[in-house]
Formats: sequence, structure tokens, C-alpha cells
Amino acid sequence: MMLITCSHCGPRAQTEFTYERTVDSVVQPDADPAQAMEQLFTRANPRGLDDELWRHTFGCRAWLVMTRHRVTHQIEAIRAVGPEALP
Amino acid sequence: MSGPRRGDDCGSIRFTFDGKELLARPGDTLAAALLANGIGLVARSFKYHRPRGIMAAGVEEPNALVTVGTGGRSEPNTRATDVFVYDGMVARSQNRWPNLAFDVGSVLGLAAKTLPAGFYYKTFFGSAKRWMFYEWFIRRAAGLGDAPSEADPDRFSQRAAFCDVLVVGAGPAGLAAALAAAEAGESVILVEQDSLLTPSLVRDPQELGPAWAQATAVRIRALGGRILLRTTATGYWDDNLITLSERLAEPGEQPPNGTAQRLWHVRAKRVVLATGALERPLAFAHNDRPGVMLSHAVRTYVRRFGVVPGQRVVIATNNDDAYLTAIALRDAGAEVVAVLDTRPAPAGASSGFPVHNDTMPLATKGARHHLREVSARVDGKIVRWQADLLAMSGGFTPVVHLHMQAGGAALNWDEASQSFLPGAARQSVTSIGAAAAADPVGPTPSPENPGKAFIDFQNDVSLGDVDLAWAEGYRSVEHLKRYTTLGMATDQGKTSNMAALGRLAEKQGVAIPEAGLTTFRPPYTPVTMGLLAGRTERDAGAHLRRLALYEVHQAKVPIWQPLGYWKRPRAYPQGTETLAQAALREARGVRQAVGMTDVSTLAKFEVSGPHAAALLELICATTVAKLAVGRGRYTFMLREDGLVFDDGTVWRLGEDRYLLTSSTGGADRMATHISYVRQFLCPQFKVSAVNVQEHYAGIAVAGPQAKAVLAALIGDEPPRHMSTTSATIAGLPVIVLAASYSGERAFEIYVEASQAEPVWAACEAEVIAQGGCLYGMEAMEFLRIEKGHLVVGGEIDGRLTPHELALGGMLNKADGFVGAAGLTRPALTQPGRKQLVGLEALAGTIPEGAMLITAPGQPAEGHVTASGLRVLDGGSIALGQLNDGFARRGELLLASSTTRGQSARVRVVAPHFYDIGGERYRD
Repeated sequence: MMLITCSHCGPRAQTEFTYERTVDSVVQPDADPAQAMEQLFTRANPRGLDDELWRHTFGCRAWLVMTRHRVTHQIEAIRAVGPEALP
Repeated sequence: MSGPRRGDDCGSIRFTFDGKELLARPGDTLAAALLANGIGLVARSFKYHRPRGIMAAGVEEPNALVTVGTGGRSEPNTRATDVFVYDGMVARSQNRWPNLAFDVGSVLGLAAKTLPAGFYYKTFFGSAKRWMFYEWFIRRAAGLGDAPSEADPDRFSQRAAFCDVLVVGAGPAGLAAALAAAEAGESVILVEQDSLLTPSLVRDPQELGPAWAQATAVRIRALGGRILLRTTATGYWDDNLITLSERLAEPGEQPPNGTAQRLWHVRAKRVVLATGALERPLAFAHNDRPGVMLSHAVRTYVRRFGVVPGQRVVIATNNDDAYLTAIALRDAGAEVVAVLDTRPAPAGASSGFPVHNDTMPLATKGARHHLREVSARVDGKIVRWQADLLAMSGGFTPVVHLHMQAGGAALNWDEASQSFLPGAARQSVTSIGAAAAADPVGPTPSPENPGKAFIDFQNDVSLGDVDLAWAEGYRSVEHLKRYTTLGMATDQGKTSNMAALGRLAEKQGVAIPEAGLTTFRPPYTPVTMGLLAGRTERDAGAHLRRLALYEVHQAKVPIWQPLGYWKRPRAYPQGTETLAQAALREARGVRQAVGMTDVSTLAKFEVSGPHAAALLELICATTVAKLAVGRGRYTFMLREDGLVFDDGTVWRLGEDRYLLTSSTGGADRMATHISYVRQFLCPQFKVSAVNVQEHYAGIAVAGPQAKAVLAALIGDEPPRHMSTTSATIAGLPVIVLAASYSGERAFEIYVEASQAEPVWAACEAEVIAQGGCLYGMEAMEFLRIEKGHLVVGGEIDGRLTPHELALGGMLNKADGFVGAAGLTRPALTQPGRKQLVGLEALAGTIPEGAMLITAPGQPAEGHVTASGLRVLDGGSIALGQLNDGFARRGELLLASSTTRGQSARVRVVAPHFYDIGGERYRD
């Protein structure tokens, strides 16, 4: 069980979080159909680092983008998303 | 006299094994107590039902699996070496019929040639008929203990802990490490799976003995350290999280304080693994008989438990350690008749035992219960010894399981000890003691008869099976494992992996480390399901959410219906009414006068701000922006793949303020979806989306008299259909939505949940005054089916497009909503996809969940999603999904439910049975 450092709450147990999806599978509302199909059904699925969308569901409920190694579970970076994280 | 023996003190603890009353001493494992009582035959092997005894003295025991305890406390597949006897313990052998000594299944052993390695593979991949033929026999014959059929009466708890240093294993090394850390001011947890500290110092007395261990433990505790006995580190997870399973009572024992086991989640800064090493058996013909034991185990039984497992002993070894066993046996009065050492004769002094070098056992002979003879080739001639015990040692394998689970990048092969030693690890973990180094061993010769030379005793895999797998083309260690089932038993190959790997490397012609390793998976030793479930086993896993009006309903003694995390009244029976009678009366009350029901559980979101409409236009597949203030409309939501996953209504309460409702069961999913769209897709929006599901209680009032009820309640003209207004009822502010699910003119009244009771009471008084009644979910189901309204989880099952649900006309033409792109997938417009239909029975009742078929024996072309009736006129009707259903109206089909054993002839019709023009909504 990973220790995930929530951008708002600090290090918390993985059980407080839910994995949502990989960032490369996010379909933007204005995506054209071909692009949407690509994102939905042909994902990169790398054996290595990937950007993933997580949520601190049983904590502050914030969404996070986590760069995580999919074999070793090593977390390289975590950044908050949402209105508060806008530049 | 031969066989295992103990001195005069038999002990005073009473227990039974297969119904026989026996005595044990305090501190005995079940294995020790069985040996002390002269019992050699303890189990039948998994596949061939071969007689098996006790081989080990620790958790690695592959043979002696027993069921301990009775009723809900009974625990199958418990290692007799890993359970301590208590007064009244009931233990039973497994996998035998009619009894352990005479087991019909053992004829399989005689016919073992018919069940070679890969038998299951060949059978599974053969024709289905072959499997059908074998299945009955296999299920009966191959197996472990039976799972208890009653609920476990005991509690299982869970606990979290944090520490600087977690030390696994309280042998001399672990204990010393824990003391050092504690003295350095670090917080320490030390865990030991055995019931005592430093059991190895009892087996092999040294200068630092049990007294030192006790004093050290006292010191560690005084420094604030925690020591847990009977606690196994079962798994090593990410970021130094280790799960511990702590036994507060022995298997099958009534726990003194009600809690049988405790699961610990320990997050440690550093972990020290002092997990020791496991002895390897030697492979030779019939090395699995009762009376063939590991050398360490023999010494443990002699020194720790005072049980001498045999009186005439042959020792077989490839290392020095087994000589200590010879000494222990001699000291205990047993006769060591031969020591068979695989190594050439040493130059030094004689050990004083009859040693034969360059040899190992050829085979053993014996009866079911005991060993009788060991043979070996000495100087080219076969020599036989009468012996009742064979103590074997094939060297030691450091326990690297936790190290590997911790992300051990590599194991270092140590040629001298023929074992893998822990290398670097990704996490903060160190191995020490016997877990980090092993003594050198001599050669391990191949047996002359590999077919009966077992390596995985628990799954009955012999060296011959490894050879067979190789001959049949299985080259990698992973394939070998799956084909032969080697290492896949409950002991996870603790004693077998190295022997198999050695054989495979020999076949491949490579060094052992090049043959590869299989994955070390948690748990290290088996854990019971109760431990994992903890306290979530009953309703604690899914907490009941209580309606704000729960007490009000409860006073009317409804039939409750679970719905997601909620319970809602299903019907309010009067007198002796059945559910169906009550529901029909309630539904007719709505159709003919007026009814009211609790709709508080509907998902509700308040969306406000300048971008409120823009956000809703993303979430909803219908238009929202064009909605006038005070108006509402039906809406539905798509997943990104274009399929409908929920529906509801959206209301414009003010200029920039909307209320969105959706299904009860999908409420949490919808909350996540809205949050995802708002936070991730549109962080730049100026909008707030608040989940107000439990903020408001909701009351629906429906029926021809509903408008009169509302007028009386709010003292004003009620809103038109699909309009909304704010009002006051019983002096409290409410939101009134004129929406209908029943097909009648209807209103939903929303009030702050904490103030729901007076509003409910006022509504109820008015509804009763108008000749109406309360109705529950069953009546609501009748009403909505007849009207053709959809339900999420029924017609909306996440597999149909808006078009297929006959909602296509309502789609937002402007696109841009979530799922718009997915909806253009060509696959979604292929013929043969399911479409929403109505069904009416020609006679009888349409069974819920029935398949729609053209004739018996034909494939299903659709299914019934909801079965109801015409509320006022009677007659069975239903909604369903049917391949190309729109074009098939008028067709006759059979709605057949094989599970219910019912069927009905049905006609495909439009999915509306009541007030198709919506006349009843008009004022």
C-alpha cells in the first residue's frame, strides 16, 4: 500500500485514495471523434512512468495527477488540479 | 519398542485427534503432542493420498495439515506444527475417506501413473466431456479440509501502527537488533511467529540462552518497544508497509477476550528481516513416508518438546549441521545407526558416528504409520538399515520472501551454500542473521528413481514430474510451476523451490541463478478470511444511511427495501395484506386519488455561478442553457463512450442557480463524475457544484388530487408541470418541483432534512383528507413501468445509447457534452443492438429477468428489465431490451426464465402503456 503525498493533506495511506484513470485516456469535451476513440480504446499503457489521475476520496476529495512507475509503484511527482491549482 | 517416544510426563492438557483422547504438555505444538503420543500417520497427501507424517517443526510443514476446532471456529488446513495445544482442542485429519489409516483414495497412489504432472492441464484442455467425466472423482478425491459452514462467532480486529524499526523474527539476531534500536532511542516493534522468543536457542543451547532472551525482552519493553508473539509478518507492501497477523487465540480456541486474531498495518521507517532459514529436504525414492523428517525438526522435537521421534535413526545430510542432530539424538538415548553424508570423507577426526561418505538414501520402506528401513549404496553395494526415523538435511534456504516482496531487485546466488541471499532492495530493509547468510553444503546427488522422489510434498510433485514437464516442452520456471503445480500449495513451496530450480537448471544446462525464480507473493503463511474481513463482515462494511424520516416510516411498520446504502419503504401493508396486495392498493390510490412517498434518497446537486449552465451542458446530454428560470426538464448523462449511465431532472431555480437530480443508486458515482468534470476538465469555470443529497429530504405527492393537496399546503396556485417554485409548508421554506415519475400530475417537495417531519405531517394530513394514501417503492415501480419511465440499473444499464432508449430526440444538437464524441462510434449504429421495448403478456405473468426468445431452445434476443401490470385494468406488462426492438412491434415472443421455471407468451409493443399523450399532466 503506497504512501501518497496529497498536495493538500500531506502523506496519507493509499486506502484514502481512489485511482481514476490515466491522464492520456482523458477525453476533452471538444475532442473530435477519431481523437476520442484513440484516447478511449488505444492507450499507451507504458511499462514505466505514467501520469495518472487520482482522487483523495476519503480525505479532502481533491484530484491529483500522479506520475507513478507502474512496475515499482515509485511516485515521481504529484500535482494538484482544480481551480485552486490554476496559475 | 520403536517410533516416537516421550518420557513419563505425558502432560495434563487434554485434546483429541480424529476422536481419540490424548494428552499434551503445556507449550506443545499439535505436531509435538501427536509425536509424543506415538502417532506417525497424520495426513493423506493432496493428490495421491499417500500416507504422510510430520516432516518439519515450523510453518514450512508441507504434510501435516489438519482441521482444528468445531462449528464456526473450525479452521481447515492448519499446520500441526503451527498450532499450540490447548485444553479441549479438537483436531481432525483431512483428505481421507473413510478414515486416515484406511483411505480409499490411496488406491490413486497405486495408480499414480494415471495422474502425472499436467493431468489437470490435459484434462481441462481436452474435450469438455472428458472433464465432465473426471470432475466428480477429482472434486471428491483431491482436496484440503472443508470450509466451516457456520459463521465464525469470534471477533477479528484491525490495527494500525507506526515505528522507526520493525524487526521480523525474534531469534538471537532479531532480538539483538531490536535491543540495539531501542537503546538508540528508536521506536521498535519486534514480531515473532512462534510462541516464544529465540526458539533456536532452545534447540541449540548456547552461552546466551533463554534467560538472556527474557532479560533482553524486558529491556526492550522498558525502552518503549513492543514485542508481539504468535505474530507473523505476512506481507511487505509499498513504502514500508508490513501487514502482521497476530493470533490472540490458537486456531479453534475460544478467545479469552472475544478477539481471535488481529491484523496490523505497520508503517515502518526501516525494516530488519531476521527471518532465519528453512531446511531443505533431500530427494530420494519414498522420501515422503511418516518417519522421514528434517534434521532441524528432529532436534527441535528432542530438545524443545522432549519428544524423541525415533529410536533407530539414519541421518542423511550434505552439511555439518545434521551432526548436531545426531548428537542430540544420542544424548536422548536414541541410536544413530548410520550417517549418510553426500560429501567425500573428511581428513579430520571422526565424529564418533557410523558415517558413510559419498552416499545418500536410495529408498525407504515402511508401513502406513512408520518407517522400517532405509537403504543406500555404500561402496557400490546396497546396504539396508532397520530404522524408524530418517533425519535429512539438504542445506538451508534463507527466508527471503519479505525481502523480495519489498522490491528486492536481485538475489545473490551463493554457490557454497547453494542458496539465494538477499541483495539490494528498493525499500529501506535489511536482512540479518540466518536470513542473510547460510553455511556451506556438499553436493546434492540426483536420486536413482526420481519418480517417487518428492520435492513438493504438499502438491505431490516429484523430481520425475519436473523431468516430465521438461520432456513435454515446458522450459521456463513459470511454465514448470503452472504445469506441475509445484510451489502452488498452501506452503508456497517453502521446502520445494530450490530442489525444483536445481533440477530445471540441470536440464537447461545452466547455473541455478540463470534458471530464474518465481514471484514471492504474500501472505508468507496462510491467513484466515476473518482476519482480512476484520469488522467489516456484517453491516459494518456498508453503513446504513438512515432517511431523515426513518422514525416516521418505522412507526407505520413498512416492508423495508435496501437501495444502495439506504433502506426505503417498499410498501405499507394494512392488516393482513401481502406485499403485492399492499403495493397494488397503493398504486391504485395514486391513479384514482392521490398518494405520497419519500423520495429523499435521490441524488441532488446544487450548481450555481456564472458557468452553472455551461457545466451542466457538459454533464447532461440534453440542452440546459435554454431553460427559463422556474422551469425544469428531464435529462440523462453519458459516459465518454457514448452510453447512458444515469438520468434525472434539471431545474433552473434562479438566474445562475440550478438543481440537478439523478438516481439514488448512482448518487456517489454522479458526485464523482460532476467533480471530475468541474475540477479536472473545467478548472477555469466560475461555478460551484454542491452535493445536497442529504441536505434535503424529499416528498413526492402524485395523483389526480395532487394539485388540490399542494394548493392547500402552500396556499397558492401550484406550479405547472415541469415548473418549480419556492413556497412555505408548515411554516418552513420548501422547494416545489412539478415533476412526475408515476404518470400522474405530481410534485416533489424538498425541505431541509432536519425539518422534514412537520412538512411530512402536513402533507400526510392533506393527502388523507383527499382520500389518498402512502405508497412505497413497489407501487412506484408498478406506476413507472406502466408509464414507460426508465430506471437506472434496469433499462439504463450502461449498455445502451440514447437512441436505443428512445431518448435520441432529446439530445443536445450542439454536441460538446461528455460522450458526444463516443456516441459517433460506428459500432453503436450496427444492426442487432438492443433497443427499448414494451411487452404485454398474451396470458399469465411475464417473469422478471426473463430471456426473450423466439422459441424454446433458440438463443436469447433480449431480456425483461422490469415486469409489472396495468394498475387499474390488470394484465401483465413489462419493459425490456430486444435486438432491433423498435422494428419488431407486434411480433410474438416467449419470455422465458429458466431460473424461475416460468415463461409467458408476449407481444412486442411500444414502451408506454398509460396516458401516452401526457393528458394527465395538463391542468
